[in-house]
Formats: sequence, structure tokens, C-alpha cells
Amino acid sequence: MTEPYTIIIGLEVHVQLSTASKLFCGCSTAFGSPANTQTCPVCIGMPGSLPVMNREAMALALKTAVALNCEIPRRTKWDRKQYYYPDLPKGYQISQFDLPLSEKGYLTISDSRGRFEPKPIRIIRAHLEEDAGKSMHDEVAGKGDSRIDLNRTGTPLLEVVSEPDLRSPVEARAYLDELKLLLNYLDVSDCNMQEGSLRVDANINLHIDTPEGPVATPIVEVKNMNSFRAVERALDFEAQRQYEVWQETGTIMGAPGGHKTTRGWDETAQVTVPQRTKEESSDYRYFPDPDLVPVTTTEEQVEAIRAGLGELPAALRERLQKTYNVTPYDADVLVNQGRELVDYFTELADRCGDGKMAANWVEQDVLRWLNDRQIGIGEFSVSADALAGLLEKIKGGDLTTSRGRDVLTAMLDSGQSVDAAMRKLGIQSVDQNELETLCGELLAANPKVVEDVKEGRLKAVGALIGQAKSRNPNVNPGQVRELCLKLIERM
Amino acid sequence: MSLTDLTATELLAKLTQGEITSVELTGVFLDRIAAVDPTIHAFLRIDRPAALARAAEIDARRASGQPLGALAGLPVALKDVLCTAGEPTTCASRMLENFRPPYDATVVARLRAADAVLIGKTNMDEFAMGGSNENSAFGPVHNPWDTDRVPGGSSGGSAAAVAARMTPLAIGSDTGGSIRCPAGLCGVTGLKPTYGRVSRYGLVAFASSLDQIGPLARTAEDVALILGVLAGHDPADSTSVDRPVPDYARTVSKPLSGLRLGLAREHFGEGLEGQVERAVREAIKVYESLGATVREVSLPHSKYAVATYYLIAPCEASSNLARYDGAHYGHRTNQEAMLAELEIERKALDAAGDTEGLDRLDNALVRMYRRTRSEGFGPEVRRRVMLGTYALSAGYYDAYYLKALKVRRLIRQDFDRAFEEVDLLAGPVTPTPAFRLGEKVDDPLSMYLFDLFTIGANLAGIGGISIPCGFSAEGLPIGLQLQAPPFEEERLLRAAHMFQTATDWHTRKPPAI
Ligand SMILES: [Zn+2]
Repeated sequence: MTEPYTIIIGLEVHVQLSTASKLFCGCSTAFGSPANTQTCPVCIGMPGSLPVMNREAMALALKTAVALNCEIPRRTKWDRKQYYYPDLPKGYQISQFDLPLSEKGYLTISDSRGRFEPKPIRIIRAHLEEDAGKSMHDEVAGKGDSRIDLNRTGTPLLEVVSEPDLRSPVEARAYLDELKLLLNYLDVSDCNMQEGSLRVDANINLHIDTPEGPVATPIVEVKNMNSFRAVERALDFEAQRQYEVWQETGTIMGAPGGHKTTRGWDETAQVTVPQRTKEESSDYRYFPDPDLVPVTTTEEQVEAIRAGLGELPAALRERLQKTYNVTPYDADVLVNQGRELVDYFTELADRCGDGKMAANWVEQDVLRWLNDRQIGIGEFSVSADALAGLLEKIKGGDLTTSRGRDVLTAMLDSGQSVDAAMRKLGIQSVDQNELETLCGELLAANPKVVEDVKEGRLKAVGALIGQAKSRNPNVNPGQVRELCLKLIERM
Repeated sequence: MSLTDLTATELLAKLTQGEITSVELTGVFLDRIAAVDPTIHAFLRIDRPAALARAAEIDARRASGQPLGALAGLPVALKDVLCTAGEPTTCASRMLENFRPPYDATVVARLRAADAVLIGKTNMDEFAMGGSNENSAFGPVHNPWDTDRVPGGSSGGSAAAVAARMTPLAIGSDTGGSIRCPAGLCGVTGLKPTYGRVSRYGLVAFASSLDQIGPLARTAEDVALILGVLAGHDPADSTSVDRPVPDYARTVSKPLSGLRLGLAREHFGEGLEGQVERAVREAIKVYESLGATVREVSLPHSKYAVATYYLIAPCEASSNLARYDGAHYGHRTNQEAMLAELEIERKALDAAGDTEGLDRLDNALVRMYRRTRSEGFGPEVRRRVMLGTYALSAGYYDAYYLKALKVRRLIRQDFDRAFEEVDLLAGPVTPTPAFRLGEKVDDPLSMYLFDLFTIGANLAGIGGISIPCGFSAEGLPIGLQLQAPPFEEERLLRAAHMFQTATDWHTRKPPAI
């Protein structure tokens, strides 16, 4: 690191769990419905209404916590976090305070490009809480009217809080990517940042070495980041800003003016800007929610969850490297595409018996096709089995790699089998007699090449390959070369 | 004898035998309300046509031989803290004066399913906070035995309505004695069931871990009749308990043999008025004459009960009442006046060059909250919200709320231990008979101490019943309280019925009205 400081980052990630109904009532959690159409007395906090825990939400939360290597206490409870805001209709949010459903886990991050060494990022806790509604501030005509949509109110949120173990914006990005990937593998959230189903707040400050010893800059909580890219950029900006402010003012954590502040990321201006900090001194007056009973989880339940997790990204990367002999980079690319693509790859590799070749084809040809069309592997019309047939033909020398690509494109366009696509493209195996005739004719027509080869310049034969291909596109260049050399030797 | 003097059980028999119709019966009670309630003010709302239409519908079903519910045709009054779909549910507060919930409380739905005729909503202390019913935003309830006196609270309207023969059955809620105390002061029978026995869904919350809905009626038999309808598991209330509901109405008349009564030493000490103690001790002699054995037991932590209660209840109340902020429903302050007020303050601060003051000045949202809540809540509600907010604040939580929870556990253990030796605890309901209206309004502490004997059951989560057991020299009713281990409502009702077969206190009628 060239900067004279260390960046200290901790992340708080809120993930909407993909349950059909809300955390404490039966309302739908679907996104994008007309405002206030997915509400009931419970989620809008009508007098006398009572919450009832959604067991599915707790199951998804526990599954995620176990996958994050968290400890699962035998007993967890619900608490009320109290504050006044119009999008919080009860005047409190049902959350978890001192007995969260999980704590003390970790998520290992790594970088296939080698920008940092693999390392575990400790998770302080992951707990469940209900989402608030949305305030829409309507500034039209200077009225400053606000409108409230309570459709989102009560949607289950899993809050995952990391220790400040991240040392760069790149690491922060890697943590988010890995967390999102894990959530995808677990199938617990759609992680759509645009729709708000995954939200990130970052705490960042710097540890600076000075001649008088190390100092820390005041912690800043950065909010309003709408993509992982934005997180990375906001943290880059914030680190630089904090360093400059420190150089100017010398303000350090704990000193006057050195308290924690909140800043928002301005995507347009690409800067962080101060946010109202009134809430920082706020006291949420947490206390146990008397309307809900504590939840117990047995050792057996945790073990059953663990057994049902399936193979998770870290284990999968390792297996691909060991079993299929692919590079760490390839394993990363494949695993990052999700479980379905990995399944496609392993089937392909098993059938064609060549993991590296399978990885190349999946990463270059299959993924390009998917990305161009913005579709998933489920919509890829060539089965792993069919693609394996094609790769076998290439390995057997019946097709060049580039002809193979043409065949794959034809298969995708027409939905035909390998053989049918080859026939359509006019690709046939060339008969040995036909090839000998062709080569004989070429040698007769190119005495200079024959002479050069005889004098030991074997490369000269390459000139004949192009001519052979233009006379018959189906010939195998290797075979042409071999046969020509053999014939020259006999001459 | 007027129909209004009969018990619910007697009226139900007449309805079943076709001697009277529900329309007749409902009409008689509505007439009684019209005649008496201007003096008592037990009801906040009566919908005469709706009640009669409902009665007619039940009569028609009875006439055509269709199956009917357990309370078919009987009028029932509801404390106005229970949500009734589409009808005002005010909690006797300005805050909810115009609030109409879109749903029925579970108990209301159960009463409708049992073919009860919901005759009206009764007056109460605002948000069930109070022991005298003087905290109603719509004016106090008067005790039918002496209209200068309080009926007790917070279910004072329900108790007074039963006592004054305006309804045979009423529903109340009990957080620290709010059913038993007014039942005692009005001379009726009132049961606070075990926490979790009756669903709280649709009961506007005061203190969620203490609140429990229960019936008030003239006799234990009537209470048993309606409790069977109210009790039972409700998946909409996570704290309601899933266990079978005994057939209370069938078993209530079976006397208990070998009943072991416990008298808590701490409930017969300082503060208990002599004539109340005498009446209670006389009642216990009645039990002895019926074969019960009596022994003294101790609830050593009961001296902390009032302090514990007045931490836990306000803490939960401060949170439960946070939703009344003017943003979504209920009262909201006048927006123009609020903005004008802010503008005047802003200008004054500006003119004075007080930049710090300007910084601190509320924004419109915060000022809306402040004004709405100051206007919408009465003084007692504000006092408890402030108490609770304070006790839950950072730095005070451990010393107050957490400590109160620990003491609560000790109080529960006291009861557990006592019930190892005895079947029921017997004692007074309140330290004195009904006091005069206005007598304690400036002395909240003495008002709080009035709950001394009843709040233990709420803190411990157990059931308790108040039954009439005598009268004071001034002719005011005195109540006997029986308390039982969790889910022993059957035992409570059988014991209460035993007493009522041997005495006639419960049959006395307020002379004045
Ligand atoms: Zn809902």
C-alpha cells in the first residue's frame, strides 16, 4: 500500500428475505404494487392489532446465519426499537437487540486477480427485523408534502453486521460480492439493489501513522449507495476525503469535532455529503416486545439446516479446481455465475472428460451468448450433453475450434443436433482418398514448397493448408499438413 | 320483577323456552339505559336500531329452528377499548374520538358468533389508565350505589352498567385490577382470566404483558357462561395459550370439596379499611362453614408490587401509545395553526438573533407530533407515557425496567409457592369502598396504591375474581377477591358460585336508581 494510512471498513447489509408474506402479518411482499395496497391492520400498526412471527422468515434467516458460520443461540427474542417517523406506523420497529438469532460468524473473501490475500471477515451478528415503509417527499409547488407508502412496512429484513475487518474499498466490494453470491446460492433473497432488497451502509475511518504514533480519523457512516460500484467509489472518495480533512484540521476520533457522523453518497456528483446528524444522539429505548414470545432453536434444528445448505461457493470453487483441474480464476468465474451454471459446467466436463476445455467453452462461448441476450443458463438451448458431443468432435480432430464455434452457433440458431448442424454447414469428414488426391494436386502445383520442405524448411507446407481449405472447407488442417509432409518424403 | 333484574342465565332460559324474544329483552335493556344512563354515564355509545335489528335477526333464526350460539339473544356491553369493525372505538380518548377500526377484536367476533346482541360501548379511563374512571375524556362514570362516588376503573362503565341493570353482561379489560376493582366497588362479579386465556387481538393495548380481557356480570354462573365464549387459543395473538377450554357453564355449579383457602398476610395489613377487612373475614367464615380450610400464607414481595407495576405498565404503555402520532389515523393537530405557531416562534428567535434557539426549533413534523399528542392525550396518559419513556431511556433501563422485571419474577414465585399450600387465595379487592369523585384526582400516588391487592395477579399472570361480599356503613358494596393458579378459572368460578349460593350480596340492587 502506498498511502500513509490504513483504511478500516465495516459493513452493515440489510437483505430483504424472499418470503411470500411479511414478517408479522400475511400481507404480500411483492415489489412495485400501487401504494398502500399491501397492508393490513397489523403492518400499519392499527390499535389492538398484534404481530405473529412468520416461521418461513425465521427459517431463511437461520439458514443464512448458519451459512455465514454463525453461532446460533438456543433462544432469541424480539425487541422494539423506538423512534418517531411517519413511515414507521407503530412508532417502533420490531427488531432484535441483545439476543440476536445469530452471532460470531465469518465470510471468507478472496480475489482471483490477487489484489489481496484470502481472508475471513468476521460477522458480529445477523438478526431479523421488519422493514419500514417509504416516504416520498413531494416538493411540487413548494408545498413540501410527503406521501407515505406502507407496502414495504413489515417486510422481513436480515441485517448482517461485519466487524471492521475490511482494509480497502476493493475488499469491501469483494465482501459484498461474496455475500450476495452466498445469498443467491441459498436462495433466500433476490438481492436486487435497485428495488431495495439489498441495502448497504458502510462505516469507515483511517488509521494514520504519525511520528507521534498512530491516530484514527473520526468514523463516518456512509449511506445512500445504490450499487456495489457506488459502495466502492464512495469508500474510495471517503478515504481520500478523510485523509485530506485530517491533513487540514488534524481532527481525530474522540477529540472535539471527532464524533461519528453520517454522510450520504451523491451518485451524480460522485461525492459524499453530510447528512442531518440529529439521530446520532437518539436513544432507541429498546425493550423486549411483549406481544411476541421468544423463539427457541435446538441443536438438531441447526444441524438439519446445516445438512440442507448444499454446496456453497467457497467449497464449490475448491472442488472445481481439484476435480476439474481449472484455474482459481476459472473456478471463480464459473461459481460466480450461480449454481445452475456450475451444474451445466460439471455435466459438460464430466461428459467430455476435459475440465479445462469445458471451462473455456463455458466461459467464452456459453457466457457470451447468455450475456448478449441477458438470459440465464436455464434458457440456453444446447444441453451440456449436446455441447459435450461437439467438444468430442473437436478433440477427435473432426473439427477445428473455430469451425466448432460455427457449429455451436448453428445449433443455437436452429436448435439442431451437432450432426445436423454440421451437415447444414456442409461440414463432413473428408474421405482419405479424397484428401490424398487433393494433397497430390497441391504438391504438383507448388514445386517451390516441395523444394523448401526437402531442404528442411518444414514451415513452408503451411502455404498449402490455406489452399486446401479454400478448395474444401471441411478438410482438417492437421491432416493436410501431415499428409503433405508424408507425400513429399516419398517423392 | 323486571326482566332487567334477572341474571343472564335466567334470561337465556326464558329466551330458549320462548317466553321472551331477544327484541323484547334488548328493548327493555335499551329503555333502562335511556332512563338511567344520563345519571350514570356508563355508556359512550348506543346504537339502538342496530341492536334491535340484530336481536330480531336472532329471534328469526330461533323461530325457524336454526342452530344458535351460546349467548343467543343476550345483550352484552363492550368496554370501548375493544375494536368493533366500522364503529367508533375511542378508548375514551380525544385521540381516537373519530377512529373506526376496520376489524373486530377476536372476542367481539366470538361474541357475534355466539349470537350475543352487542348493546353498546362502555365508558372507561382513557386507554384503560386509571382506577376511578375519572380519566375518561368524555366525562366520568358515576357509581350506581352513590352517584357522587367513583365506580372504580378502568372498566367502570362496564361494572356500572351491570350494577345498574343496564346490561346483564359486559366485557372489560384488566391490566392492574381494571375489572376486579370496579366490580368490587359496584357490587358485581368480575373475572380477570389467566394471561393468555383470552385473545388480546383487537384489545387496544395499554400494557401488553399485563392486559387481559374478562367478563363482568351479576353472578359467577353468568361469568362462566360468557367466559366459555371468550376463552380459547387465537393464532392472531402469539401470547394466547393453546389449551382446552373447560365447559365452565356446566361445572360452575359443582361445589369444591376440601377447598384450601389462603389468606395472604400482606393483604390484611396497613391501608386496609376496617369495615372492608370485616366483610372479607366474614366471607371467609362462610367458606369455612361450607367446609373450606383456611390458613395464612405470605407473598413477601407484594410490597414491591405497586412500584414494579408502575414501571412495567408505563414502559409498555409509552411504547404502545407511540403509534398515536397524528400521521396515520386519530387526532391530528390543526396544521395551519401549528405552522403559524412555528412561524411566530421562528420570527421571534430570528429577531432576538438566537441562532441556537433557531437550530433547536422543531421542524414541522416534530411540532405536529408534539401538538397532536399533547392535545390528544389526557393528563394521566401523558404522565404514564412520560414515566415509561423515562424509565426506558439509556442509563435508566437497568435500574428501572430491568429491575422491575426481576422483581416481577419474584412476585410470580411468591404466588407459585403460596399455591403449593392452598387452592385459592382470598382477600380484599380494594383497600376501601368507592371513594368520592374528585377525591384522589390530585393525588396520583394514593390512586396508584388503590390497586395494591389486584396488581399482583397481573404481574404473576394468574386469574382473579371479584365477588360482592358485603356493604359498608354508607351502603357501598365491598368485594372479595379470589385468586387461583394459572388456568384454574374453573376453580375460581366454582368457588365464587359456592359463595353465591350461600349468600345474597350479589342479588342486591342499587337503591338510588
Ligand atoms: Zn400486513
